[in-house]
Amino acid sequence: MSAGIDLENVCCDFGSFRAVDTANVSIEPGEFFSFLGPSGCGKTTILRMISGFIEPTHGQIRIGGMDMKGQRPNQRPTALIFQNLALFPLMPIWENISFGLEVRGVDKAARRKRAQELLDMVDLPDAADKMVSQLSGGQKQRVAIARALAVEPKVMLLDEPLSALDLKLRQHMRAELRAIQKRTGVTFIYITHDQGEALAMSDRVGVMSQGRIQQIATPRDIYNNPVNGFVAGFVGENNVFTGSVVAPSAGMAGFDTGLGRLTARLGDGALGEGIKLYVRPEHTILTETEGAENSVPVTVSEVSFEGAFIAVHAKAANGQTLVAEVRNDGAATVPAIGAKRFASFNAAHAAILPDAFTGG
Amino acid sequence: MGDMFRRYGRAATLIICLLTAFWLAMLVVLPNITLLESSFRPLLPVTEIGGPADQYTLANYIKVFNGSIDTTLMGIPVNIPVHVLTFSLTIFYSLLVTILCFLLTYPLAYYMAKILNPRSLPTIFLLLCVPLLVSEVLRAFAWWIILALKGPLSTLLVTLHVIDKPVRWISGYNGVMIGLVYTYVLFMIFPVYNAMSSLDSNQIEAAEDLGSPWWRTHLRIVLPHCKPGIASGSVMVFMLSAGSLLVPTILGSTTSQWFTQTIQQWMFDALDWNTAAAYAFLLLLMCTLFVSLVMKLFRVKLSDIAK
Repeated sequence: MSAGIDLENVCCDFGSFRAVDTANVSIEPGEFFSFLGPSGCGKTTILRMISGFIEPTHGQIRIGGMDMKGQRPNQRPTALIFQNLALFPLMPIWENISFGLEVRGVDKAARRKRAQELLDMVDLPDAADKMVSQLSGGQKQRVAIARALAVEPKVMLLDEPLSALDLKLRQHMRAELRAIQKRTGVTFIYITHDQGEALAMSDRVGVMSQGRIQQIATPRDIYNNPVNGFVAGFVGENNVFTGSVVAPSAGMAGFDTGLGRLTARLGDGALGEGIKLYVRPEHTILTETEGAENSVPVTVSEVSFEGAFIAVHAKAANGQTLVAEVRNDGAATVPAIGAKRFASFNAAHAAILPDAFTGG
Repeated sequence: MGDMFRRYGRAATLIICLLTAFWLAMLVVLPNITLLESSFRPLLPVTEIGGPADQYTLANYIKVFNGSIDTTLMGIPVNIPVHVLTFSLTIFYSLLVTILCFLLTYPLAYYMAKILNPRSLPTIFLLLCVPLLVSEVLRAFAWWIILALKGPLSTLLVTLHVIDKPVRWISGYNGVMIGLVYTYVLFMIFPVYNAMSSLDSNQIEAAEDLGSPWWRTHLRIVLPHCKPGIASGSVMVFMLSAGSLLVPTILGSTTSQWFTQTIQQWMFDALDWNTAAAYAFLLLLMCTLFVSLVMKLFRVKLSDIAK
């Protein structure tokens, strides 16, 4: 029912511009895999190469172990959900959904029946004879999913399909997509620039920047153990310190900054230029007394209430602003603006990381 | 209207509107009303005009059924009034011109709208419009020269050994067909191209992604989307072809007769303007009826065409 996908040294050039650079990834059958990255990072190009609209310049794409070279989109076991959905406005919903079956020569009664089954599955039982223009954004979304599922693809490719929806609906559709994926067992490859979407839905996430896959890991690993500054910066917020590594030992190292020596985990490849120390705001706490390590004296400059948490902005001696997030659990005390505090963090929660991986 | 008042002031707007109305009334509405009125009156010597014989009658219209001849249509021998035959052939060949224009245009419009780099579009449009800079008469004569028995086309094909001896290209309705397609194809290209370029390319890709072969994508996605454009292009090409006088006159052969030529002969050879007017209104009426019928058949609404 579902198939795995292997990308081996896949490159894609548009003229002299390399849109995707040596992508290597193995996606398991039945996995929910997301490519996450800013616009222009090459994630849509990867998707279009898998679906067959673009041929890779180098490298091999295998679906279910079969080399896809030279296979047109209509010959591949994939179904793509477009960013704008690309529903057919001149056909009623049921014909939209059963178009893939019509192509395969299924007779009308069977198509109609299958379309109704799929509509029941996506929770739109009465939509069969409506036109596309009569549906709301979320309903169109479901029809697009049903249309893609109708051809029983081994792989579903989704190109930012939720980006046009409003926030509430987006969150609802996230859960829905995840549930449909679990129910059908089809491999889902999801493209998004929204880190929340990628982290909440995926089994694994591939973070991309400038045509390169920077890191492939579970959402938890991506957030907790980013491999470089780009991943750390793109997925979540950070307090960032610049400086130089001193006395590395057993995976930890000192880090000399203008604010004194800090200690943190030493990431792989954290050598040479562009090395920074990253620590998440929720791991940064403000204390009244100086801690044993990683304590920076600061002055509270701004308090912003975010609902679930309170973000306290504080200025260090060199003018750098650090952010500490306090969970809004009712017990938290929020310092007043102008209060002198120490911004402290545990060395295990901080990491010294290189810049984005673009070399090679 | 209110917008025009604001933009140009009351006086200028009034002058523009009055001039337009005057032009429409004097050059379009009045002549047509005069023709319509005279089409219901018999041709009389000047002295009898306004006399007792000058009665409204349908005789001029009924004349179209006079003078039956024996001929064969698609192998079947028929006895048919000669002007009805001319009219039927005019409709038939205008339809053929429309279909030929569409067949030429559809791939070109698809290429221009969906495949061609948009940066090359202005060049293509320029190339398409260059023939329009030359007068229609000259273009028809150019074709007449090209297609002549010892003209460039025959000479070229003989030189290339494609044909053994020069061919008389202008025979039957051949010359008229070529001339009309050439003259009116642009009226098809632009509406079809416009419709085509408003189609979201993702829909074509989505169809292909769902497994559709190219011909089915065209049949189910592209063609239905372009229907309004095709309809407006077809109406224009059909009406212009059926109403064309110049091309059938210049590129016609001894065996081709266009209904407009019949009208012209009533007007200038028989000097019977009344009958000519009746025939002209018959042509207008029948073409309009025919177009409405075809539009109904293809389920195209007038409002679709106006888009």
